[in-house]
Amino acid sequence: MFWDGTAVRAAGPSRHNGAAVLTVENLHHAYTPEQVVTSHVTFDVKAGEIVSIVGPSGCGKTTLLKALAGLLKPTGGTIKFQGKIVQGVPDGLAMVFQEYGRSLLPWATVNGNIELPLRYQSITPDECRRRVAESLQAVDLSGFGERYPWQLSGGMQQRVAIARALAYQPKLLLMDEPFASVDAQTRADLEDLVAAVRDRYGITIVLVTHDIDESVYLSDRVIVLSRPPSTVLAQIDIDLSRPRDQIKTKAMQQFVDKRTAIAQMIKRPIAG
Amino acid sequence: MSTEALTVQRVTSHALGALQSFVVRYGLGIAVVIAWEYAARKAGSIFFPPPSEILHRAAVLWLSGPPARLFLSDSVFQDVLPSLLRVLGGWALAVAVGVPLGVLIGRSRSLSDFVNSTLQFLRAIPGPALIPVFIILLGTESTMRVTLIAFGSVWPILLNTIEGTRTVDPLQLDTAQAFRLPRYARLWRVVLPAALPKIFAGMRVSLSLAVILMVVSELVASTSGIGYRIQHAQIMFLLTDMWCGIVLLALLGYTLNWLFLKFEDRVLGWHRGARGRTVAS
Repeated sequence: MFWDGTAVRAAGPSRHNGAAVLTVENLHHAYTPEQVVTSHVTFDVKAGEIVSIVGPSGCGKTTLLKALAGLLKPTGGTIKFQGKIVQGVPDGLAMVFQEYGRSLLPWATVNGNIELPLRYQSITPDECRRRVAESLQAVDLSGFGERYPWQLSGGMQQRVAIARALAYQPKLLLMDEPFASVDAQTRADLEDLVAAVRDRYGITIVLVTHDIDESVYLSDRVIVLSRPPSTVLAQIDIDLSRPRDQIKTKAMQQFVDKRTAIAQMIKRPIAG
Repeated sequence: MSTEALTVQRVTSHALGALQSFVVRYGLGIAVVIAWEYAARKAGSIFFPPPSEILHRAAVLWLSGPPARLFLSDSVFQDVLPSLLRVLGGWALAVAVGVPLGVLIGRSRSLSDFVNSTLQFLRAIPGPALIPVFIILLGTESTMRVTLIAFGSVWPILLNTIEGTRTVDPLQLDTAQAFRLPRYARLWRVVLPAALPKIFAGMRVSLSLAVILMVVSELVASTSGIGYRIQHAQIMFLLTDMWCGIVLLALLGYTLNWLFLKFEDRVLGWHRGARGRTVAS
């Protein structure tokens, strides 16, 4: 079939240099012996890539992401980040959660939230201030540093969460359904922001989403998971040209084809 | 309409608004005092002197000192101040013990399982019941009273701190962990601020408990304090003096609570803002 992972793996876009920063081998996780969420999930992510993970609901996307972040110890398999096995949260990794409202600390200002992880890095106060200002500028929120998160709209709060991750200067940015709780227009803006951030900082991004359009639009590659116990159903390279455009790209035949293929895979109960 | 007329109108409506809010806030209190004054005068009972007489007597009791001491009389230094210091001392001790202990228990599932039933049992002991024990152990000086106040008022602080630190949003902890905050920073920058609204609620309840315990402790084997004065006045049949003490206690409790709320507003301004926002949206 044309979406068979190995068959479609063409040379990806030239941005990433081909070295895998993240490798996942035979990842297995079960909350209870009966409730196996993922079994034998294997894939890798190259430096500078944007990879989306999609799949039917309940297929363990968030579990997988938490395992990648070192926040959850999987029951089997190995995850390597920059060649080292992940045990606990590795250095050089940042995370953006879906619930920005709960992940930003309400007692700290925007500046305080962005600064907090930096205080415990070995950087000078000047460098810290510079990074906060720069990351706020990158998400177009300069001048909002003294506000509290709850004084901002949902989209702005999620931009603060992205700025916090950027200021941390991660090698790998994990995003768990980052735009699921914002309105459509904000969502489109945030998608373009993520693409711009990758181009500017060369960060590797792994993003979990339930929105197939979003996965195709944003990614260099989409990893499709099966129903639980989930495995990798297919890996689909998205070689749409960049920069992409919310209207033009989404109208391209190539975009529609990929979207349709992924949608069918998720919809049809295919045995992993 | 001319600008002046507009301004006058605005000022008038502003003044009316302020008057209205004053009446809403304090109207009932003022009405009760007036009714009390009227009823007491009409009844003429020596057991229930009118408020005006109580006020007059209170001024003689506490505000008849020399100008150099801000007119404060000896009684203020012999009774009011010691009482106040006992309340604040006992309460501060309760905070100093309750908050750290609560954080420790709240953050450790096994420790909390281990101590929970014991805490619930100890908490059920009415503080005043321990006065005889504390008198034997600590004598009849301020140490005993401060200890009693601390023991009796530590529970709301301790239990609220346990509850507050236990129920920190797991996503906030995940966030702190994902950004590799060291352990002490997670405690100091995430757990403690997240628990602060509950801790403050406990501190406020325990402040009023502390006032109650102060009075109770001063009714027993005592030679000073507001509680002692009230009882002494009753024995000496100085009923107006007795009422003065009661009114002073109410005033003290009210002021302490008001000061605490001001303090809470400063520290927890973010909480009100964040909560107001969630309610509104």
